[in-house]
Amino acid sequence: MTALETPLLSSRTGSTVELRDLVRDFGGGVGLSGFDLEAAPGELIALLGPSGCGKTTALRSLAGLERVDSGSILIDGRDVTDEPTSRRDLGMVFQSYSLFPHLTAGQNVEFGLRMRKVAPADRRRRAAEALELVGLDHHAGRYAHQLSGGQQQRVALARALVTEPRVLLLDEPLSALDAKVRVQLRDEIRRIQTELGITTFFVTHDQEEALAVADRVAVMRAGRIEQIGSPEELYHRPATAFVAEFVGLTNRVDGVVAGGRLTVLGHEVPLASDAVDGPVTAYLRPEDVVLAGGGIPAVVLTTSFLGALRRTRVRLEDGTELSLQHGARERPEPGERVAVGLTGSPVTVAPRDAGNGAVPAR
Amino acid sequence: MSRAVESRPVRPRPVRRRAPELRLGPGPVVRAVIWTLLGLFFLVPLFSMVEFTLRTAKPGVYNLDRWVAVFSGETTRYDRVYQGLGNSLVLAVVTVAIVLLVLLPTIVLVELRFPKLRRLLEGICLLPIMIPAIVMVVGLAPTYAVVTEVFGSGAWTLAFAYGITVLPYAYRAIQSNVAAVDMITLSEAARSLGAGWWTVFWRVLVPNLRRGILAASALSVAVVLGEFTIASLLSRVNLQTSLLLVSQSDPFVAVIFALLALVFAFVLLVVVDRLVSVRRRTAKG
Repeated sequence: MTALETPLLSSRTGSTVELRDLVRDFGGGVGLSGFDLEAAPGELIALLGPSGCGKTTALRSLAGLERVDSGSILIDGRDVTDEPTSRRDLGMVFQSYSLFPHLTAGQNVEFGLRMRKVAPADRRRRAAEALELVGLDHHAGRYAHQLSGGQQQRVALARALVTEPRVLLLDEPLSALDAKVRVQLRDEIRRIQTELGITTFFVTHDQEEALAVADRVAVMRAGRIEQIGSPEELYHRPATAFVAEFVGLTNRVDGVVAGGRLTVLGHEVPLASDAVDGPVTAYLRPEDVVLAGGGIPAVVLTTSFLGALRRTRVRLEDGTELSLQHGARERPEPGERVAVGLTGSPVTVAPRDAGNGAVPAR
Repeated sequence: MSRAVESRPVRPRPVRRRAPELRLGPGPVVRAVIWTLLGLFFLVPLFSMVEFTLRTAKPGVYNLDRWVAVFSGETTRYDRVYQGLGNSLVLAVVTVAIVLLVLLPTIVLVELRFPKLRRLLEGICLLPIMIPAIVMVVGLAPTYAVVTEVFGSGAWTLAFAYGITVLPYAYRAIQSNVAAVDMITLSEAARSLGAGWWTVFWRVLVPNLRRGILAASALSVAVVLGEFTIASLLSRVNLQTSLLLVSQSDPFVAVIFALLALVFAFVLLVVVDRLVSVRRRTAKG
């Protein structure tokens, strides 16, 4: 289990970042309500959550682009809460394309160095290196409108990194790109970030993206962190129903808890923590449900081919619908009568119709 | 501000915009006729003006004597016109300075820090176009009593009034450029890279608003050179008022200057149009 709990950090040269009890009231809309987060040097933390959960506000507060009503922000132990953005020594990549249209890619990358009064020759060399890092060293002379969306975001990344900032902030940098480029650039960001060992915050609403790149993922809801942990922790041991539903695919199934044991889909599984006896909603991952002879009878609704595996949706006799994952060689037809069984335990259970009081199922 | 938004009448979206492939325009023949009529409408008076300035005492005989006389500087008869022209040029420069030093930073500030005030600013800036110049002068006359006390009675002080009359044109020109540039993200990116507000304004925003700024300046110059009412009613000498005066003794020279002013304004507007269309092309990238 240690592999799950300790983030794999290749380098410890980055800065520590502490966000303490940040509060930001937008008057009506949720900003931040007691946001706490500590990042170890070189760590990549993804802030994940639905829109309006405050993840971008948290990032912008750290950047100094948004003021906070209370709380403090520390970088390397120094309080920067009242420092202007320009003095926080950050690199930031925005969701919308943010290259300066009147400058070439090279000049864009040089901008931060120019602000730091780096000598022209040195500036050009470092800009060229940064562009090489993102694989665009041949595009230094191009303007933003001559670059594709993915290339623009690469240049923006080079521009953010060239000043060797203490912290890198990524505000949904991939959401404007198409799927293939998104995955490519996502992996590249992770590679570069690991290489440089720079402490990084990555805001995204895409759970797959968060799980794929982050050392730790902070799932946010209503202005605070609902759960923070490694991707594996979040997936296998979500602390709340909200996290269980937001991270990965989840089936909600009715069950009953009695004497520390949970009965669900005709199986009895032990519960690690004390859940109050009574009816509960159990959250099951699709890979923990299988097509099995002698299981609970069900009817196939739809089935979709996903390459290595197949995802099938079935309806039980009581009306409960389940998604399950199985090998692509099994090909159930819609309308076919099948039987389903359980191979794993629910990731979490919650008292029925009270989404938030969930306890881990194991 | 939200009330202002709500009270706007909801107009149905024009259907034509959704189906641009539909050719609803007139045919080529009708188009040619319209163009010809429009062209004649503008060109006949211009041609008549040129013809008028070339006339000599003998009917049917034309020469360039009057044009030569105006530009050779041999007589002092035209000094008043040159003075008016000089005043108008000074006024144009001061007016442009007012637009760039007051209006531009205001628009930027509203856009970046007080977006809720955008409609208010728009309303204020468009107001002068709805108020007849003569009404404005009634309000300006007592104001100018104070202006004269503070700044003297130099011709350039008229630029304070012109700064108001050009607002609608200058505002529109700059605002349309502002709308095409994501100023908030650009300024945030610059700040995250270590730029202070002054650098953000000067190194990032102004270069990207260049076309709007140039268009606003050119429009302001054109408006100022054509202004008559305010200068006349406040008893100031500018190009138009001096032309009127001179025309009473020498109608030919008035027409010559009117022609030159027209051509100059025309060239300016063509330049503005080029700037705007170039921006539309690059804004997509």
